[in-house]
Formats: sequence, structure tokens, C-alpha cells
Amino acid sequence: MQQEMAYDAQGQPHPVADFHDDYGGAKLGFWVFLMTEAMMFGTLFLLFAIYFYRHTESYVASSGHLDVWLGGTNTVILLVSTYTMGLGTMMLRRGRVRAAVLLVGATTLMALIFLGIKAVEWNMEISRGIYPGSGVLDALDRGEILFFGLYFVMTGLHGLHVIAGVALMSWVLLLIRSGGIRPEHTIAMKNVTLYWDFVHLVWIVLFPLFYMIGV
Amino acid sequence: MPSFYHETHTLFGHLRNPVLQWIFSIDHKRIGLMYMAVMFTLFFMAVGAALTMRAELFAPGAQFLEPQTYNELFTFHGVTMIFLFIVPGIPATLGNFMLPLMLGARDVSFPRLNLLSWWLYILGVILGLSSLVTGQGFADTGWTFYAPYSIRTDAHVLSTLTAAFILGLSSILTGLNFVVTIHRLRAPGMNFFKMPLFIWGLYATAWIQVLATPVVGITLLLVILERTLGVGIFDPTKGGDPVLFEHLFWIYSHPAVYLMILPGFGIVSEVLPAFTRRTIFGYHAIAISSASIAGIGYLVWGHHMFTSGMSDLARIIFSFLTFLVAVPTGVKIFDWVATMYKGSIILSTPMLWILGSIINFTVGGLTGLTLGAIGPDIHLHDTYYVVAHFHYTILGGVIFMFIGGLHYWYPKITGKLYDEGLGRIAFGLAFVGFNTLWFPMFLAGFLGNPRRYFDYLPDFTVYHQISGIGALLIASGLVMIVYTFYRGLRSGREAGPNPWNATTLEWHIPSPPPLENFAKIPYVDFEPYEYDAGEPLVQFDENFRRIR
Ligand code: HEM
Ligand SMILES: [Cu+2]
Repeated sequence: MQQEMAYDAQGQPHPVADFHDDYGGAKLGFWVFLMTEAMMFGTLFLLFAIYFYRHTESYVASSGHLDVWLGGTNTVILLVSTYTMGLGTMMLRRGRVRAAVLLVGATTLMALIFLGIKAVEWNMEISRGIYPGSGVLDALDRGEILFFGLYFVMTGLHGLHVIAGVALMSWVLLLIRSGGIRPEHTIAMKNVTLYWDFVHLVWIVLFPLFYMIGV
Repeated sequence: MPSFYHETHTLFGHLRNPVLQWIFSIDHKRIGLMYMAVMFTLFFMAVGAALTMRAELFAPGAQFLEPQTYNELFTFHGVTMIFLFIVPGIPATLGNFMLPLMLGARDVSFPRLNLLSWWLYILGVILGLSSLVTGQGFADTGWTFYAPYSIRTDAHVLSTLTAAFILGLSSILTGLNFVVTIHRLRAPGMNFFKMPLFIWGLYATAWIQVLATPVVGITLLLVILERTLGVGIFDPTKGGDPVLFEHLFWIYSHPAVYLMILPGFGIVSEVLPAFTRRTIFGYHAIAISSASIAGIGYLVWGHHMFTSGMSDLARIIFSFLTFLVAVPTGVKIFDWVATMYKGSIILSTPMLWILGSIINFTVGGLTGLTLGAIGPDIHLHDTYYVVAHFHYTILGGVIFMFIGGLHYWYPKITGKLYDEGLGRIAFGLAFVGFNTLWFPMFLAGFLGNPRRYFDYLPDFTVYHQISGIGALLIASGLVMIVYTFYRGLRSGREAGPNPWNATTLEWHIPSPPPLENFAKIPYVDFEPYEYDAGEPLVQFDENFRRIR
């Protein structure tokens, strides 16, 4: 399509921006969306910090109950998965579509493994009778109730983001197949990569907060 | 040229059915009108609830309402007015309609996302209202949902909380869409300081929507989780701190006050130049003050909590910061007054509403300062003084501005003119009614009448009765506006593109606008409000080439 022009009083042409396929707009929009996510998680981190300040000892004690090895494994998995996802976008831009598909596929798989390990962990707590509203938890002291309350809320919310990530990456794979994402048209893929970066960043902060203070 | 009423884009291509053509339309103008239809229906429902409250309050003692019903009524009234009406209000309705027109764009950046925001809004409305009919009664917490009461009460707060959460999401998406649109789709040549001031208002608002709403969203989500799963973040029996709820709630809800008012200020800055036929005084100051009000507005939430347990130092800081907000607001008001000074003011209906709103808002703002000072606030907290203060700012200020804007852009939206005589009478009724309604409540509150009670001591009877009469007056004024607009649609004269001799871009295209607004996009290298002997300085030919 031909670039539309607007003419000033001297008759000089100036290019007109259009909302169809506005690459910069899509990118900006996604950044703004990530800001809202950051505000949301930021609020939870703030709550965590305030209660940590008030109940430091029970926080440390409860943190000792979590399995650092499982959490650590998950951290490594997420680190590797952002790497594969980023590499996927690069490959696509260079026109190596098959490699890109494989890399996105690998990322999706790692996200699923992350969720599996998370489920095992939650299950361990729940089988000990520790979950929000349970008699066992409510009998513990207040710092511990707060710690585990926030633990389930924050890892749960993060888990929902991982699930959304799996959905988005599957969508990316579909789009690549149907030609909606092409080497010269990668904005959807770039935004999903950015999203996945964000999800991994949140976890990088969550992990030491919940798992490491008791070590 | 056919207008957007005759043809539209939808999510699914070309639909035959006219209803589907509306509810799946991705044209910003249609979406704006759909918001308007739903929002004003809700507004009148909430006014109905308010009149019922006023009737109950007409005499001391119980008249015809149970105390619990009264609690549900003021919650319904507050929730509807705040979350369903005035917070999304101006941006979603007039903003959606006007923003692309004033920018010289053919639509917003993400038309489908815009439709999604509307659908989310409708979902929120349905969820919010569902508890009215599902039997257990509406929420009774007040619109503030303070914990731990909102965690314990048996009333139906769950659906109301969920509704507020979803409405927040809708509002975030609108804000995001506006930020991107303003950054990306300005007509060539239009830099930030050539944008009309209404757009500046929307821009500052959009940032608040994006940055503050997630905070209240997650806070409400936590209350939902406390009610359903027993997570104890705000529940004192589990170690949670309810004062933290208040902090998080007001970190959003104070900026939300500016979220309501800034677009209203934008409307004032559009109407004043058009009806004084002069450039607005202090364009830059007004634009920058919108941004700084939005910025400072984040830092003052603590003034809602002077009585909830806070260190003295924190109180002093919050009090000081609160006073600071008055500075950019004052700058705006002085600039408006300076615009009118020695101008030949044309007192048509939109201008009357704007003048009325400036008067009311000044009263509301000054009484706000007394509440921002710690000493008086301890005395006045949770009395009718507070209720009068915020009705002065929101109803007398923002809603008057909103109605002024509706009159101002009515010819653009409908292509018709309304009857000036009727319009002025409606304004008179509403203005006199409004002040009769709320001024006595300053006195009642000052003398100690607490808010949120369905009854009061006999000493306060006279204030409440005067107030009741005022309520009837303003309500009839509001009904009359509806009638005026209806009559205008039925039998109004054709408006033509620019009935007010206004200067901004939307007045250079036909009324009502065609589907994609501009056949050709103009080049904008001029200030938004330039007049030459009462006529717009800049004129285009039909191809949008400058001829003057
Ligand atoms: C005809 C116009 C109106 C009338 C007669 C009216 C009347 C009232 C009354 C009687 C109360 C209850 C006071 C109490 O018992 O504490 C109230 C509360 C309230 N009103 Fe209005 N009002 C009107 C318009 C508005 C508008 C336009 C808004 C906002 C957009 C609004 C927002 C509120 C809020 C937030 C509350 C507090 C509810 C709560 O305590 O949770 N009102 N109003
Ligand atoms: Cu405030």
C-alpha cells in the first residue's frame, strides 16, 4: 500500500501514521501493559516486605519448610527457557523458521515442566495440612499464616502467568504455521518473548524471597 | 457523505442485523455511544437510589426503610456512581468519541481492544447488578469495601468485588489504548503542545488508569481470596492488618479522584475558548498542570486516614502534600478566569454548565483544603461535611463539566441542534437545586451529623428538609436535559459542521462524522485555539489543505 501524505501550507508532504500494522504502537502498548503487571506484583511485594519487617522470625522459620532444591530447579528451568525463547525470536528474524519453531516448542515444554514441579511443591505443603484457611495453618503463629498466605497467592498468581504463557506460546506456534508471524513480521512473537521475560523476572525475585531467607 | 450511523466496521466484517452492527462495532464513535447509553441508564438508577435515601432522610426517625436497606442503598449508589459511572465516564464516552477526531486520526490504536474494554465493562455491570436480584441483597460495605467488615459481612460483596475488579481491567485497557493512540496517531505536525487541552486531560488520566488501577485490582482480589479461601492478608484474627487495606485502597482511590476530574478540566478548556472566541490563557500552564496533578495525586492518599492510626509525622507530610495539589489546580482556575476576563462571553448552555461547574468546584476544592488540614479533619471526618465536599467536586464539578461537554459536542455527535431555551432552564434548575441540596449538608456535618446513617437527631431536621427539596429540583433538571436532547434529535435544526465557530479539528469535518472521520488527514502546524476577530483563524478546503 502506498504511504499516505498530509500536505502543509507550503505544499510539502508529510507521512501519516496509520493504526493498521503499527509496529511501534504494538510495542509501546505491550510495554504499558507490562507496567500494569509490574504495579500489581509490586503491590504484593510491598505487602510481603511489610509483613516480613513485622514477623521476621516466623518468616525465616516458615521459609525453612520450603524445598530449596525444587524451587532452585524451577529457577534454572525458567532461566534457560527465556534464553530459548529469545533465541527463537532471533532465529525467526533471520528467516530460520524451523529452528524458531523448535525453540518455541522447547520453551513451552519447559514452562509445562515448571508447572509440574510447582504442583509437586504445592502438593507437599497441602499434604502437611498447610494451605489457606486450613486448621493446621491457622493454628500456627501469625507470621507463618501470613507467610504461607502470601506464598500461595503470589506463586499462584505467578503460576497463572505461566499458564497464560503456555497458551501464548502455543498461539505463536499456530501463527507461525499459518503465516501470521513471518520473518519480516514478528511483533506478536516479540511481545510474547517480552512477556515471558517478565514472567521469569518475577520469579527471579520470588525465589529468594520465599525460599532463601530460611537457608 | 454517509455518516458513521449508516456504515460501520465490525469484528466480523459486514453484519446485516443493526443490533449486531452496534454491539460488535469497532468504530470508536459507536463504542463511545454505547458506553453513553449504558452509563446514563446506570446514572439515573443511582440517582433514583439517592432520591430514595433523601426521602427516608426527610424526617428524623424511621420512615419506610430498614437500616440494613439503607446501607445497601448507599453502597449501591456509591458503587454505581463511582465504579460504573464517573471513573470510566468521560474517557469512555466523550473521550472515545472525540480523541481520534481531535488528534486527526481515523480510530484509536487498537479498535478491537476498545471493543473488548466495552464488553468487559458490560460484564462488570452485569456482575455488579446481579446481586440486586439474586436474593441476598446488595453489598452493604459502602463503596470503599473496608476490611475486615467486607470479609465478614453476610451480604453479597463477592460479586460486587469481582465486578469492581473486572471494571478495573476494562479501565486499564482504555487507558492503554489512549496512551498509545496519543503517542502514535497524532496528525502530522501536531506535537504535544499543539494538542487540544481535552487530549491533555485524557492523557494524564490514561496514565493514572494504567498505573493506579492494578493496585486496587490486586487489593480487591486479595479480599476476594480472603472471603473464599481464608487467606489472611487483611484479617486481624490471622495477623493481617486492615489499615494496610486502607493504604492500598486509597493509593488507587485518591488518584482516581483526579481520574474523574482531569478529563472534566479538559472539557472546560475546550468550551471556554469557543464561547469567548479567544485563545485560552496559559495553554502550557494548563497542559503541564494536568500532568503534575496526576503526579502529585499519587502522594496524598494518606489524608483519608488521619483518623485510622498513623504517625504524626506521616500525617503532617500527607497534609502538606495535599495542600500542594491545590497549586496546579489553582493555576488552571486562574487561567480560565483570565481567559474570560474582558472577553465577550457568549452565555449559551454549554458555557453556563461550565461556569456553574467552576463555581461549584471552587467551593468543593476549598472545603477539601479544610479536610486536608489535620485538625479540622479530625472533627469533620465521616460527617456530612465530607459528603457535601465530594458531591460539590464530583457532582457539582465533574458532572456539570460532563453535561457541559455533552451539550457542546451534541451537534457534532447527532448533527442536530438542541433547544437553547430548554437547555438554559434545565441548567438553572440543576444549579439552584444542586446548591440547595448540598450546601446545608456542610452545616449539618459541621454541627456533627455523621454520614452513612439512616437516621439523625431532630436538631438536624431543617437541613435535611431543605436538602430534600434541592434533590427534587436537581433531579427535575436532569430529567429535563434528557427531554431537551430527545427533542433535539426529533425536531432539532441541522447543525452543520461548526455551529459554535470552534477551532479544533473535529469541527472541520461533517456532523455527524463519516466512518473513518477524515477523508484526508490534515497537517497541523498551528495552535489549537486561534481566533481572528471571532472567527477561527485556520481554515481548510474540502481536501484539508490550508486556505487560511
Ligand atoms: C442527584 C444527585 C445525588 C444525590 C441526591 C445524592 C445523595 C446522596 C446521599 C443521600 C448519600 C448518602 C449519605 C450518607 O448517608 O452517608 C450519598 C452518598 C454518596 N454519593 Fe451521592 N448523591 C447524588 C449524586 C452523586 C454522584 C453524581 C456521585 C458520584 C459520581 C455520588 C457519589 C456518592 C458516594 C461515593 C457516596 C458515598 C457512599 C458511601 O458512603 O459508600 N453521588 N449521595
Ligand atoms: Cu483523597
